[in-house]
Amino acid sequence: MPEPRLALRGVTKSFGDVQVLHGIDLSVAPGEMVCLIGASGSGKSTLLRCMNGLEPVDDGEVRLDGVDIAEPGFDLGPVRQQIGIVFQSFNLFPHMTAYDNVALAPRRVLGEDARVRIEELFTRFGLATHISKYPDQLSGGQQQRVAVIRALAMRPHTMLFDEITSALDPELVGEVLDVLRQLRDDGMTMVLATHEMGFARELADRICFMDKGVIAEEGSPDVIFSSPTRKRTKQFLASVLR
Amino acid sequence: MSTRRAAYEARQRRRANLLAGASTLVVLGLLVLLVPLAPGWAAVKSSFFDGEIFARTFPDLARAFLINIAIFAWSVPLIMVLGLAIALARGARAPVLFPMRIFGAIYVDLFRGIPVVLLVYLVGFGIPGLGLPRPWNSPYIWGTVALVLTYSAYVAEVLRSGIESIHASQRNAAICLGLSERDTMRYVILPQAIRRVVPANMNMLVALQKDVALLSFIGPVEILRQAGIFKSLLANFTPYVVAAVIFLCVTVPATRYADYLMNRDRDART
Repeated sequence: MPEPRLALRGVTKSFGDVQVLHGIDLSVAPGEMVCLIGASGSGKSTLLRCMNGLEPVDDGEVRLDGVDIAEPGFDLGPVRQQIGIVFQSFNLFPHMTAYDNVALAPRRVLGEDARVRIEELFTRFGLATHISKYPDQLSGGQQQRVAVIRALAMRPHTMLFDEITSALDPELVGEVLDVLRQLRDDGMTMVLATHEMGFARELADRICFMDKGVIAEEGSPDVIFSSPTRKRTKQFLASVLR
Repeated sequence: MSTRRAAYEARQRRRANLLAGASTLVVLGLLVLLVPLAPGWAAVKSSFFDGEIFARTFPDLARAFLINIAIFAWSVPLIMVLGLAIALARGARAPVLFPMRIFGAIYVDLFRGIPVVLLVYLVGFGIPGLGLPRPWNSPYIWGTVALVLTYSAYVAEVLRSGIESIHASQRNAAICLGLSERDTMRYVILPQAIRRVVPANMNMLVALQKDVALLSFIGPVEILRQAGIFKSLLANFTPYVVAAVIFLCVTVPATRYADYLMNRDRDART
């Protein structure tokens, strides 16, 4: 078994008096795609945000290629170039064109004029004609694809997706999921928090069902969706797969 | 081709315009009819609205107004730079920069808390009173300093409110791309914050344009002082009305232009 790309051990996290993560253990192998499912408030988003240090963990280890990045005071700058994240609400910079949104970080962080590479990304994901538009001029699905391109432009080896289709109109979900399929084919290491059960079942290597801040059950999509063992998992799936 | 709805709305619009026009005419008519009936109107008219004096003093007052514009023009960049510096100092979180935060807070409290006219007197008379050699005793310099101190404190607060109004998700997105705190502020937060507070800052600049006249108290013969000189010379208040008209000629277009800029900026992005 190769060394995991990401390995979390005993991760806990509280916001004030509310403990959101109660000791998470999770390993993600290079090229693996892991989907986190579970009800709102179960800790999926927080767990993702702990993986790239956006939320500092209270206790436990987050190892990226063997290095504990959760150590207090660890310089997270380089980590954030290796791990891209895309949010539910896109979070594009509204005062910049789509191109400038993408080009800013390569220019300032990598010191690179990545125009050719960025134009290729826009073309690949069907946005070539929208490259000079402002976020307000794009549909939700287009904005979210720009957000994915923005993260990819930093050449990350791992991508985190925080319910990136949840804020989209239903007819726009497909175009964003197609982007994820392409990344999957590229062999990108991916962790998704998602409510798209069909998509998770089709593409994920592994499903983690989160409940009340712990990973209550994990396994291959077939096992989790067809024959879950835990009662909570069954209840959750029964309510979302109606 | 007009739909039933469009015809109805056009009818409603015509009716509204008609009513607005009629009521405006009535109000204006009443003003024109009633004000001259006031017992002192003849005296007020000759001492405030003397057409001949208006025409005679206008060119000199317009020339004096150029001084106001000059003082305004060199104050604005100083105010903006200092205001931005104070706003950033107040937002500094690094422990080493703690003194900057304290300084920023005190600065804002102090100079927002003192009436501009008082600061113009204190700085304008007090500092040259130290016996500085020419040109360092110029009221232009110290008057400008007084205006810059006051207005940069206001602008700093406006900018800070703008910075704080930018949603945390914008900062998160920038940080997660690997941008430094500094680049995040410079490329992501500040451009949005500054745009958002343009109307507030334009109001500030209109107020500044008027407050430049306060420098007349410490020496410069700008428009207010020039109007005062004419008033004494001609024993008539019309020059003050001329000055008011000249101010309006600048401040009204300035505010309209600011509105136009804001609308254009918004339209370009939607």
